[in-house]
Amino acid sequence: MSDADKKEVSSEGAKEETEKIKEDKKDDNKEAAQTEEKEKDSSEAEKNANSNAEEEPTDVKKPEKKASKVKNKPGKKESKVLKDEPAEAIGEAPEEANPEALPENVFPLFMTSKTQEIYNCKCDEDVTEENPFKFIPKSDILEDMKMRAAVCDFHPFKQQILDYPGEDVLIVYDFEFKHGQNFIVALTEEAKELLLKVSETEEGEAGEEGEEEEEDDTVYMYIPPEPKDWVSLGSEKEIDESTVKETRRKLKVSVKRIRRDFGAPTAFADRNVADVKDGAVDCTSYDDNNFDIKRIELDKAVQAISEQVTEGTQTDWKYPRNANTQTYPREYTEDEQAALISTKECSDFVNEVAFDFHQALQQNEIMNVFYVDWVHLGDGDDAFGSKADNHLKEYQSFTDLQFSKDKMITCIQWHRTIKGVVATSVAEKLSFDQRIDHAAKVIMTPSLILIWSFADPIHPQLILEAPDDIFSFAFNPTDPNHIVGGCLNGQIVMWDIAAHADRLKQQRGSNRNKKRTVLINKMGVPQENASLQCTQLLSCATDHCVMLWDTKASKMHTTAMYDDKKKAQQPSGVPDTFKHLDLIWKPILRVTLSKSEPGGDHAPTKFSIQERQGDRSALSSGTENRENDVTQTMQGGFHKPSSGKERTLQGVKTYVYVGTEDGEIVYADWMPQKDQDTGKIQTPKPAYYHVTHDGPVVSMQRSPFFKDILLSVGGWTLALWKEGVSSGPILESSACHVKLSCAAWSPTRPGVFFVAKVDGSVDVWDLLDKTHEPALSQSVSPTAIMQIYPFQVTQKQQLIAVGDIAGTLHILEIPWSLRQATPNETTSVANYIEREVKRRAFVVERWNFREKEKRELEADTKRKAGGMAAAMAPPTEEEKELRLRQEYEAYLNEEHNFLRELGIVQDEEIPLPAA
Amino acid sequence: MSQEIDEIIKRIMAHKGVIGVIIVNNDGIPLRSTLENSQSVHYASQIHSLASKARGVIREIDSSNDLRFLRVRSTKHEILVAPDHDYFMIVIQKDASN
Repeated sequence: MSDADKKEVSSEGAKEETEKIKEDKKDDNKEAAQTEEKEKDSSEAEKNANSNAEEEPTDVKKPEKKASKVKNKPGKKESKVLKDEPAEAIGEAPEEANPEALPENVFPLFMTSKTQEIYNCKCDEDVTEENPFKFIPKSDILEDMKMRAAVCDFHPFKQQILDYPGEDVLIVYDFEFKHGQNFIVALTEEAKELLLKVSETEEGEAGEEGEEEEEDDTVYMYIPPEPKDWVSLGSEKEIDESTVKETRRKLKVSVKRIRRDFGAPTAFADRNVADVKDGAVDCTSYDDNNFDIKRIELDKAVQAISEQVTEGTQTDWKYPRNANTQTYPREYTEDEQAALISTKECSDFVNEVAFDFHQALQQNEIMNVFYVDWVHLGDGDDAFGSKADNHLKEYQSFTDLQFSKDKMITCIQWHRTIKGVVATSVAEKLSFDQRIDHAAKVIMTPSLILIWSFADPIHPQLILEAPDDIFSFAFNPTDPNHIVGGCLNGQIVMWDIAAHADRLKQQRGSNRNKKRTVLINKMGVPQENASLQCTQLLSCATDHCVMLWDTKASKMHTTAMYDDKKKAQQPSGVPDTFKHLDLIWKPILRVTLSKSEPGGDHAPTKFSIQERQGDRSALSSGTENRENDVTQTMQGGFHKPSSGKERTLQGVKTYVYVGTEDGEIVYADWMPQKDQDTGKIQTPKPAYYHVTHDGPVVSMQRSPFFKDILLSVGGWTLALWKEGVSSGPILESSACHVKLSCAAWSPTRPGVFFVAKVDGSVDVWDLLDKTHEPALSQSVSPTAIMQIYPFQVTQKQQLIAVGDIAGTLHILEIPWSLRQATPNETTSVANYIEREVKRRAFVVERWNFREKEKRELEADTKRKAGGMAAAMAPPTEEEKELRLRQEYEAYLNEEHNFLRELGIVQDEEIPLPAA
Repeated sequence: MSQEIDEIIKRIMAHKGVIGVIIVNNDGIPLRSTLENSQSVHYASQIHSLASKARGVIREIDSSNDLRFLRVRSTKHEILVAPDHDYFMIVIQKDASN
């Protein structure tokens, strides 16, 4: 492309421009021109100042740029100019690549040296390659043009310069003659700016090789888009095709009817569908493939859920079956044992450890390392008084002026759990005859049990009323809130003081508590017993019976009870612990003490059985019956006679010792057995009995250390018995000068017991000390003592309660010497008992021996006296027969007499004399 | 060899208060005993587990340590146990000072 061409083109371009502007309105022409321009543009990428490409990239910036560059031609040209701009943009882009292209309104200009001088833009002086820009004021150019007219270089641009809006016209020194001349002039502001920018970028491009500087300096100005004329691109054809156009003239149809027919009557007829062929036309639905809509896109939802399965389970019901396993310990046989023990390792082992054992065993022998010296340090000093002091010290005494004065104390019981509480029963001190005399008076005064606490010696804590004088009572060992008492009239009464129990503990005031009457019996001596829960009690009375009662409600009774309950009103203040027993309490077991010899039955006054509450050693001796009866009342040694299926504990001693009114000691078996004679189940006759005492037995006490040793006191003597030794007492004391009233064993010393006498003194017997007389005798009360009861109150204190006939309860403290057991006392006493038993046996032996001797002696004397030595020694047969006959006659006579008495007289044969 | 053992057992029994001597193997089965069989089996089984436990305790605290002798004092008796790897020996002594 030569410069000239360029110029031509540019000028042509300018011309074309103007031409085209005229043809602006015509779309097609425009299009053609545009396409032309396009072609031009594509071919002459760089030089196309006027190429249009609207379809070209919608680079908004570049047209805007062009807008700024292109010189402002007024009016319509603007749009054209704008159109041209994109082309120019393209033109420019390649222009940048190709620095030969010129922006619009930028023309190369040749400036003579003269001109240069005028404008001070001499080549290589004012303007250089590096600094090619020069602004020439417009006024200067105009002046120059005036001056030199056509000679002025600016002459061809005269008009443009005149139109030039700005002040300075930019001249760019074209050193390399890129555009054909040595200068280029920008004839519009935009062009100027564009050039400036271009040059900058050109410079930047040049400088890029070395440095980069002006890239960021381009400032983007926002020029809002200006509306352009719509250029049709062929869419009108499509619109024409889619629109509905009338292709022909509209047809007109006219429908007429005869006027006459309007409103004329018509006859309608019915017609069945089937009458006429094609009477009804069905338009059935059918699948028309034309209108089959193919569903290409389906809306489907998918949800993942876990698989659900319904299932049921049922456990098999298996029969519960009893199963048991029995383990056996592994054992070696004798041979195996022998073999194993003879191995070398074993003997080595034994040799090794033997020394350790010897050491340990010796250590134990020498001293007891677990002996706490500290605990035993003050043992002796705690006793009130000196160690040597060995008499009972008065601790406290209780008298109630209102209730217990002039009454005798009949029974004393310590409260088992609450320390410092003792109960006494008081009764009128009248003999039986006197009672009858004073019967009226006796009934009026209440009969009471007084419960004392140590805190208050004047007022009793609790007063229990009874229907009649109580002669004996006891606390329930397992439930100390139950008290049972036996009355003179034979009633057994029971109290429940649970409601008032706290009073006892708190030791306040006194309170009356009523009782629950239970049943009628003869005068009783209750002794609570048996079972873990302690619901049974034994009582004995002078009606020749020992009875066993149960406080548990039996099943039979409860149903009957309910009717009674509604009727019977409870007296106020009485707890209904025992309501179930009211009026229907019967003894479970009745032990009749009948004498084997004629003369009436025994009348028991006191009794004692071997089994004690909480004593379970009987279980170990019985092997077979452990499983069944452990939980039943058998612990106490009782069982209900009705249920014979329950197996009995074999190891239980079922015998009871009874002391009677006549001073006999009866040993009876209370367990009912089948009586051989009558066939009934009843308690058998006593095993044996002994007339021991001169008066009624007042006390029978078992030793707390030896279960089979009993102490019986009655009349003027006391006796020691061992169960199983039926020949007689082990020890029998000589008669005291005063009657003995009561006895009790010491709770801590096995060989010590206390005996109370009617002269108000207490004797202390020590079996290991002296057995013929008491070790200690002490006067306690001025009046006769009725009851004594020793009790270990605290660890250091042992008290003995002594009740006398005047109604005073004395509490005495037992001194240390009488309290502390001597070493090995138990074994010593046991040995003593053994010796006595042996002595007894010896006595029996001797007795028999003596008996034999005596008989022989008698025989001798008779022999001598009779003189019929020969006939005497062996009685002859005749003699025997004679004797027998005589006996037989005697019997017949008796029989005869007996029958006569009965009134049945029979003519008897005269007994034939023996032939 | 078993005579030696018998002798030693006799000597041990001669001490005051000794009730019985039992020699047990490591399975807990008594080999020799001066008590009756049921009692010795009883003692052996109980003591066996107790001795193992005691040994475990000592080893646990100090693994280089081992149980040498065990004495169990009760109110009525003292039980002396000498454990070994393969056997152990039990002696029951009554409280002599009582």
